[in-house]
Amino acid sequence: MAKSSKGKGAISDKAKNWLWLLLSLAAALALWTLLSVLPNTSRSFPNVIVVLQQIPVMIERNVLFKDISSSLISVGLGYLLGFVIALPVAILMAWYNPFRRIVEPWIQFIRNIPPLAYVPLIVIAAGVGRKPQVIVITIATFLIMCITIYQGIINIDETLIKAARVLGAKDKDIFLRVLAPASLPFILTAVRLGASVALTTLIAAESTGAFAGLGMRIRSLNNNFETAPMLLYIIIIGIIGITVEKLIKLLERKLTGWQEKREI
Amino acid sequence: MAGEKRDIKVIIDDVRKTYMGRTGEVVALNGVSLDIRANEFVTVVGPSGCGKSTLLNIIAGLLEPTSGKVICNGVEVHGTGMDRGVVFQQYALFPWLTVKKNVMFPLNMKGIKGQEAEDLAMKYIRLVDLEKFADHYPKELSGGMKQRVAIARAYAAEPEILLMDEPFGALDAQTRTQLQQELLNTWEREMKTCFFITHDVDEALILGQRVIIMSARPGRIKEIVDIDIPYPRNQETKMTPRFLELKNHIWSQVYQEYLEVRK
Ligand SMILES: Nc1ncnc2c1ncn2[C@@H]1O[C@H](COP(=O)(O)OP(=O)(O)OP(=O)(O)O)[C@@H](O)[C@H]1O
Ligand SMILES: [Mg+2]
Repeated sequence: MAKSSKGKGAISDKAKNWLWLLLSLAAALALWTLLSVLPNTSRSFPNVIVVLQQIPVMIERNVLFKDISSSLISVGLGYLLGFVIALPVAILMAWYNPFRRIVEPWIQFIRNIPPLAYVPLIVIAAGVGRKPQVIVITIATFLIMCITIYQGIINIDETLIKAARVLGAKDKDIFLRVLAPASLPFILTAVRLGASVALTTLIAAESTGAFAGLGMRIRSLNNNFETAPMLLYIIIIGIIGITVEKLIKLLERKLTGWQEKREI
Repeated sequence: MAGEKRDIKVIIDDVRKTYMGRTGEVVALNGVSLDIRANEFVTVVGPSGCGKSTLLNIIAGLLEPTSGKVICNGVEVHGTGMDRGVVFQQYALFPWLTVKKNVMFPLNMKGIKGQEAEDLAMKYIRLVDLEKFADHYPKELSGGMKQRVAIARAYAAEPEILLMDEPFGALDAQTRTQLQQELLNTWEREMKTCFFITHDVDEALILGQRVIIMSARPGRIKEIVDIDIPYPRNQETKMTPRFLELKNHIWSQVYQEYLEVRK
């Protein structure tokens, strides 16, 4: 749909993009610095240098790497599980109407409830520690990925299936050579949306009495009004988020470059 | 079975098709019967919604008739078969496959693999004059080129019967004329049986040996017109008195149906 200006006039365009990005970063730093001197906001936003100084401090306290790895493990596990469940459920929903009729309303219903609301129930059922964190992230990522993949599958152009049949494809060929590649873009979109949901659910997941983790640490730092390390942790979550998204986008370009139009 | 029956490739025998729509039953086809001879080129015209695509899909085996039957090469049609190829209006190319891989698809389905499949595919790609684009993806092609790939892919399956549903409908006049000419050339050379749906009376006349005029509501055959203009036909054919006479006749018939639909 959109005019693709990407790929053409490559070098100057790329340089321009980087320049704009740098400018955006500089503007953000300026804004941050402004917030750090204004009397109303200076308590919440210590300046850049103070925040950066928290890196060695948190390493010293022996928590920074533990928090990052703990969160990544929870997010990674929950996300992986969410995907592994979402894919077959989405396929089943697309393939077998009664199943969809029963299950889809549940998914739509639960999807609109903020995870934080049902976290206590999960803790009561699953206890504290890694388990409830993974469960919360699994649920949240499953919901979004299942819906996205299902929508993709049912929107596959039916004439492609007809064309394949006419060209001699059996059910197995249709599945492997038409449905699978045709739904790949949606699966990748689901993977991207799922990753973002996994991270945004982190705080809720780690409110389950976690012993470490980025989200858990932010809450405990909050109790002591330690805003500098809090801000550092918030920024780390942001950096992880954008890195994961960029990596998935790269994968999308590699795997689905054949696509006519690219969705958001 | 004996005599001229042997020449009949497709028998459409009193085919009825009703759809269950939201507002009740829709009769798409109401008793259509037609014999198509081997190597014959028939074209089908009729107002929108008169059941042309439905009929094609039934012959292709993509739809089951509600009653009646289609017999192809003496065998009743149930499901698709490699003896019948289809070219869809929307091209229906696999966007994740290159031109060459698209054309190789039916070959792979037949169990032809590797270099042999590639060579064969290239032969068909050359037929439609696209060898320069063999490694391109469909999104990099124009509409006319896409349709040529779709035709090459249909040919690669080596069907005896080609079913085409407004294959040139989305193309500009020049490309359309060029593809018509190419199609006629290959048809004369390879002698396939063609069933070709179009909205364009000129197209129906320049291609077909017989033009089937369908009537709307309920969808059935209104008239079959023999086009007694010898091949090869080209653009000049369109100026001949006989062509114009036939065109006038078919036009008025189709127009009448069109008015019926509007009522
Ligand atoms: N899947 C369907 N469900 C319900 N009704 C259908 C379905 N497919 C077609 N119809 C109806 O059947 C009739 C014939 O449709 P068909 O597509 O065969 O017409 P057509 O002659 O090919 O029209 P066009 O020239 O516009 O392509 C139409 O009235 C249409 O609304
Ligand atoms: Mg149609």
